[in-house]
Amino acid sequence: MTNYETVTVETDLLILGGGMAACGAAVEASHWAKKHGIKITLVDKAAMDRSGAVGMGLSAINQYVGLHEGKNTVDDYVQYVRNDLMGIARDDLVANIARHVDGTVHLFEKWGLPLWKDEKGDYVHEGRWQLMISGESYKPIVAEAAKTALGKENIYERVFIVGPIMDGDRIAGAVGFSVRENKFYVFKAKAILLTLGGAVHVFKPRSMGEGMGRAWYPPWNAGSSTYFTLKAGAELTGQEIRFVPVRFKDAYGPVGAWFLLFKSRATNAFGGEYMVERKPELEKWGAYGKVKPIPANLRNYLGMLDENEGKGPIYMRTEEAIQKIATAAGDEKAAKKKLKELEAEAWEDFLDMTISQALLWASNNVEPEKTSSEIGPTEPYFIGSHSGGSGAWVSGPKDLAPPEYFWGYENMSTVKGLFMAGDASGANPHKFSSGSCTEGRLAGKSAIRFLLNEKPAAPKVDGADIEKMKETIFQPLKLYEETKGKTTDPSVNPNYIVPKMFMLRLQKIMDEYAGGVSMRFTTTEPLLKRGLELLALLKEDQAKLGAKNVHELMRAWENTHRMYQAEAHVRAILFRQETRWPGYYFRADKPTMDEANWKVFVNVKIDPKTEQWELKKIPIKSTFA
Amino acid sequence: MPSFVNPEKCDGCKALDKTACMYICPNDLMVLNKDTMKATNQEPEMCWECYSCVKICPQQAIDVRGYADFVPMGGSVVPLRSSDSIMWTIKFRNGMVKRFKFPVRTTPEGKAEPAGGFVADPELESLALFTEPQSLRLPKVWTKS
Repeated sequence: MTNYETVTVETDLLILGGGMAACGAAVEASHWAKKHGIKITLVDKAAMDRSGAVGMGLSAINQYVGLHEGKNTVDDYVQYVRNDLMGIARDDLVANIARHVDGTVHLFEKWGLPLWKDEKGDYVHEGRWQLMISGESYKPIVAEAAKTALGKENIYERVFIVGPIMDGDRIAGAVGFSVRENKFYVFKAKAILLTLGGAVHVFKPRSMGEGMGRAWYPPWNAGSSTYFTLKAGAELTGQEIRFVPVRFKDAYGPVGAWFLLFKSRATNAFGGEYMVERKPELEKWGAYGKVKPIPANLRNYLGMLDENEGKGPIYMRTEEAIQKIATAAGDEKAAKKKLKELEAEAWEDFLDMTISQALLWASNNVEPEKTSSEIGPTEPYFIGSHSGGSGAWVSGPKDLAPPEYFWGYENMSTVKGLFMAGDASGANPHKFSSGSCTEGRLAGKSAIRFLLNEKPAAPKVDGADIEKMKETIFQPLKLYEETKGKTTDPSVNPNYIVPKMFMLRLQKIMDEYAGGVSMRFTTTEPLLKRGLELLALLKEDQAKLGAKNVHELMRAWENTHRMYQAEAHVRAILFRQETRWPGYYFRADKPTMDEANWKVFVNVKIDPKTEQWELKKIPIKSTFA
Repeated sequence: MPSFVNPEKCDGCKALDKTACMYICPNDLMVLNKDTMKATNQEPEMCWECYSCVKICPQQAIDVRGYADFVPMGGSVVPLRSSDSIMWTIKFRNGMVKRFKFPVRTTPEGKAEPAGGFVADPELESLALFTEPQSLRLPKVWTKS
């Protein structure tokens, strides 16, 4: 087998990931690090210019509180987020991001991001918290600031991080490998800031051919944050809160501009509006059924009820919305001009962030001002930054967190020196791109404070342990090399399983037992228990993954990460004896919400040595009334 | 396949220090065949159609053919990105063509200065991030009274 050289890098603060949270962390931490002689190193599995969830671009910034405009308060944002998640969110964490996020957006503007402005020079709001942008280069602009702050000598691109190195109960570093050179990397660090994204392709997607890649969230989100957190022995929260967005069908183009900016209606095949006709259903979901805006999962659920009753397809009435706005513009000439403007805005919305949807429109001869387009729920994802809640359990800020949620350094996990931001940090959803970048900044500054105040010694790393990790990490290449000659087709071989088939096996288990698309998001205790039996066999076969090159080796480990995300989810929805987010998943055996017993966080961890899972309830403490 | 390479235009970026599409793909899909000096998308079913390879290709050798399992044939969406704007040419299945141009950034490339010109010098133990309170356009960072 090829020899993989071991490269050791020693640093003070190690930022893992290169997305919005990582870039925020790099910009903020670098400022404080320069003042105090601290070394920062960043590792990205791709290239920072286009890595992470914002790589393609975005057409809106979804979190802008506008505190200086005086229209909204931090409290308003906290109420909105908490209600959207059916009561399960951390006030202290949500408020911490909300009070800082505007400043980050103002930085984006200074860096060169084009924000839409009205005639008075004010930002164009898509909705109460959302700003319209021309965001094709959103990520390259933010990455540019981050790279300038860090210095390119401190950035490792195309290095895939497999897992943590521990020194007793403290974090000591991370191991991984290059997908460009024959190198095994050992990063030793006094503190780590983890921003390895959410998880896609844990559940079977709706499109199983080429279109598998067209997940709503990018497929390079492989559950790496979850795996790293678990293997470090840190606690996760909200693992039951998957996210299922409703989007334009198949290409998953955004609906926000249509619903919020263009005020479009969604109707079923018979012209009925599920949001109107199914209003009485909201009564069943307690206080959350009465709030405005109606929680995302409940809106989903009302549409799903229509589909389940045979009232689909559901259509976004784009033609009606556009014509209405154009007509309101005035005479025929004004209406025509407005129509032209709206047409460009509608296309930009897709071209800035979901180009596939523009291609799908063109390929179906869809002109949105003339024809409606289908919408519907995607497959489930794990994402702490949108309307989901999964991620690590972290300390809140000193001035806002109740004592139970505070252990010294904001955004530090339950493992000393291991910090979290973006999709890696849980129970503080609705941070999106701007809030994730802001959370990266908060966690970055906090990690620097940790380094200066605690003055941790260099971690002790056992060379024999590292050698063992190296052997395990490269095992799929070795197994493939040693046994590929035993059949005439290397993809069908009884000695190993290839990464893609391993992923499809995982997706099938999750789809059929944990309430995926095929099961219309419905599951029960017996199904989940059977799913766990099948996951246990999959876990045994993980040791039999075979990879023909380093690209496949990365896939092998990504799919291992997905498997841990899957098990955390199955165990969490089995533990929570109720249905709380009916538009995300439905426990058919526990079909109602139980506020008395289950208005709590569910936290999950494993013992990294025995792999024993531990689940517990954590009471919800509110900072705001 | 989602992104595909025109062999007549692709020169493997032989004059550059790295193959552009291979450098930029967020999912490690683009790979250069060193014998033919042509790039290929090695795993089209993992392509997000983010167009990063299409936008960066100096030869304009990369295009996208919509996912074969749900996109009818014949349409195309082609970008032409400059340092401050992007021009999109959209061809419908029925032959209709639409063009749109949008800004992509308001500053010259390389000029995103981390502090954004905000001058603040808060204490490490304060609530303020390094550009605050100036970047907030508020006198101080909000806290619960």
